[in-house]
Amino acid sequence: MARLELRNVTRRFGDFVAVDDVSLSIESGEFFTLLGPSGCGKTTILRMIAGFDLPDAGQILLDGQDLADTPAEKRPIHTVFQSYALFPHLTVAENIAFPLKMARRPEAERQAMLREMLEQVHLADKAAAYPHELSGGQKQRVALARGLVNRPRLLLLDEPLGALDAKLREEMQVDLIELQRDVGITFVFVTHAQVEALALSHRIAVMNAGRVEQLDEPAKLYSAPRNRFVADFIGQINQLQAQVVEVAHSHLRLAVAGLGEIVAPPLADAKVGDKGVYAIRPEQVRIGIHDEVGELKNHFTGEVKSLLYQGDVTVYRVGLANGAMLEALLPNSASGRAQLFEAGDAVKLGWRHDAGMFLHD
Amino acid sequence: MRRGIGLWAAALAVYAFLYLPLAIVVVYSFNDSRLNAEWVGFTLHWYEVLLHDEEMLLAAGNSLFIACVSALVATLLGTMAGIAIHRYDLKLLNFMALTPVAMPEILLGVSLLLFFIQVLNLTLGMLSIILAHITFSIGFVAVIVRARLAGMDDSLFEAARDLGASPWETFRYVTFPLILPAVIAGGLMAFTLSIDDFVITFFTAGVGVQTLPLRIYSMIKIAVTPEVNAVSTLLMLLTLTMIVLASRFAPDALKGKA
Amino acid sequence: MTEQPKLSRATRLAKWLVSGPPFVFLLLFFVAPAIIMVLASFRYPGEFGGLAPLLADAQTLHGLTVETYQFFFSDTIYAYVFLKSILVALATTLICLLLAYPLALLIARSPKQSRDLMVLLVVLPFASNFLVRVYAWMIILGPQAAFSQAVNGVLVALGMEPVHLLFSPFAVLVGMVYVHLPFMVLPLYTNLEKHDPALLDAAQDLGANGWQRFWRVTFPLSLPGIFSGSALVFIPVLGMFAIPDILGGTGDMLIGNLIKEQFLGTRDWPFGSTLSIMLTITVLLIVWLTTRVAGKGRRYA
Repeated sequence: MARLELRNVTRRFGDFVAVDDVSLSIESGEFFTLLGPSGCGKTTILRMIAGFDLPDAGQILLDGQDLADTPAEKRPIHTVFQSYALFPHLTVAENIAFPLKMARRPEAERQAMLREMLEQVHLADKAAAYPHELSGGQKQRVALARGLVNRPRLLLLDEPLGALDAKLREEMQVDLIELQRDVGITFVFVTHAQVEALALSHRIAVMNAGRVEQLDEPAKLYSAPRNRFVADFIGQINQLQAQVVEVAHSHLRLAVAGLGEIVAPPLADAKVGDKGVYAIRPEQVRIGIHDEVGELKNHFTGEVKSLLYQGDVTVYRVGLANGAMLEALLPNSASGRAQLFEAGDAVKLGWRHDAGMFLHD
Repeated sequence: MRRGIGLWAAALAVYAFLYLPLAIVVVYSFNDSRLNAEWVGFTLHWYEVLLHDEEMLLAAGNSLFIACVSALVATLLGTMAGIAIHRYDLKLLNFMALTPVAMPEILLGVSLLLFFIQVLNLTLGMLSIILAHITFSIGFVAVIVRARLAGMDDSLFEAARDLGASPWETFRYVTFPLILPAVIAGGLMAFTLSIDDFVITFFTAGVGVQTLPLRIYSMIKIAVTPEVNAVSTLLMLLTLTMIVLASRFAPDALKGKA
Repeated sequence: MTEQPKLSRATRLAKWLVSGPPFVFLLLFFVAPAIIMVLASFRYPGEFGGLAPLLADAQTLHGLTVETYQFFFSDTIYAYVFLKSILVALATTLICLLLAYPLALLIARSPKQSRDLMVLLVVLPFASNFLVRVYAWMIILGPQAAFSQAVNGVLVALGMEPVHLLFSPFAVLVGMVYVHLPFMVLPLYTNLEKHDPALLDAAQDLGANGWQRFWRVTFPLSLPGIFSGSALVFIPVLGMFAIPDILGGTGDMLIGNLIKEQFLGTRDWPFGSTLSIMLTITVLLIVWLTTRVAGKGRRYA
């Protein structure tokens, strides 16, 4: 129906390679996100899909057809811009109806589609208002409606929630998920906010310096990052220098700086002597005073150096006996006490041996 | 912010300096005396003379015709230039449009004189004046249009194309409505510049055609009568109206131009 | 990053269609005449004025020559006129600056609503015809006018000779200043308006008095405005001929008058072209100097 494929797409600006031989495919009906820091190439890819830029090499195919000769205005792809780009001299209704007018749809059809769209984004009462009279969230919805009303095969969204405050952002995220599900159109979303990407997407392509580091479902990205960049970019993670000491079928044995010997899950291409990091998520690190911690495969003693109270959770920074510093995340108990430990407390840390992982440099 | 009395006084003095001479011209246009020396009495005599001065009326007619034609063409070309320079970052075109405005007028006048006679073998007259006026007006219009475009969100044009509009449709439904105030302001400015122009017209008019400024000049040099005051007053009224209108349409452009 | 995106065919066509007509027009009526003028400066003057033909029989003057430039540099009178014009332009610029600064400062510090009106009031005299503005000073400085009478009255009372205010260098200067004053006010105002009032408060807090605050904070920050305004005054004044023509006496010729003479009077077009080229070079030098100094001044901001 609306399968987008990028084959070996490259785009250079002078000496700077913005997009470096990227190949991926986006399935019909999916909420697909390009995630990465600024300058990683995600916006450049979006613009090439929309037709505002052309690749230097490679192809972009929509349902098997190369888009190279199709100018932007003829592509069945619409964009929601970061600044919304609402036409200031047109009303909300005229803005939303604009693509219908450009597509030369008959008047009756235009009215029907317009009305339906206004209902869907809950803006029927604002149809005659001008953009400068609307709030940020309302402008956002007009931009969405305008991009969807003509039933494009693909909707591109360029960091559309960037200008909204935190609370509004969360509300819009929920709205977006529901909207995408209702209309069933493929969404290609660009953002640098990993929390947002995890919440919204079916699949995410994590990008860095023009390349795709990993393309996976959010859960897999979180629990099984393929390299240090992805592990670092998605969520919080502890990383310690490590070297492979023993490779076995069921596990790896690592020499980890500041910790000692650690047992880790097996990794296919690991060899003895490989250098990398041992990584573990803070919420996987059990922290306690009593011995139940001591029953876990990997356990250590240490002292709480500092803590960050965050309302629902507290992050403890613990200095271990062998020198390492680890962050452990603990939900604050329902008993109402602020946090369990204070700076200077002696604690035990431990985690299941499959909770951490080895990542090559 | 405290504003000292000294500052106020100095500023007011400058305002007075700016307006007093003009006030004198206007006042003496109603003076019942041949000389612009002292006030004798109120009269509309000189306006009467003006209305019966055939040469003057012809010159006025020429000026209006030239101003209308050159303003129209300059607005068209200047708007195109303004859009092109903004959208495609054309530094060369920008230079070519602005230099006639920035350079001393005499240079443009003289070079056009050379060009018309030597190269085009054109007899100086209406056509040469109109072409000259268009040349220096294009830059003015381009600056005003460009300033308006610079103040707008650029993604508006991309959005239009993204939503299915061809370059022409983008212009018709998005660009043009949004720059229209600037285009009108530019047109009014071009009109005013044309009516008022002296130096360039001086070199490109030849012997046949008189414009209002040229006529005023010959009157000043040869025989000064308060008729000059009268025509000056009327001209001032006209350009005043034009400028006030232009500033309504594009208030920032005129300030930012300098 | 603002790299140019690669444009599709439709967009490239649009680009040529939009930029083409004004480009061709300006090429034809601005660039071509400029080139012709440069070429003309290397020609001989024609028998009846204008230019001599490039190719002709041995009797008449023809071909290319640097005679005009030799002529220009051989006679010191031309350098003298150039120098005089530069001095007049300098004096005009300075006086305009002195007059414009307090006004611009006042407007910049006024409440927002009045500012637009005050700026309009400065621009309006500019709306009147250039000749009218010059003519006004003919009236004021004329021998029968009140001003002249008053001044001469004072001079006579002090035992000095009465002077002719009109048709003098003084009149030319007054005319130049009057006509170009708005050009100095606007850039200055645009610059001063952007100054952060917090800077002055900080200076006052640190003990600076009114004059010091101006000299050490406001003035340096306004330098870019001063330079733009000065350029907008200096360059047109350099090429001005109408004001000396109307308000000046016979000895007050500036470059502009010389050029006018060559083209319309003696009809020595090659020499007129040479003078114009010299003027152009002078203007370009000034522009280059201004951009260099203004660039350094920007570090203050």
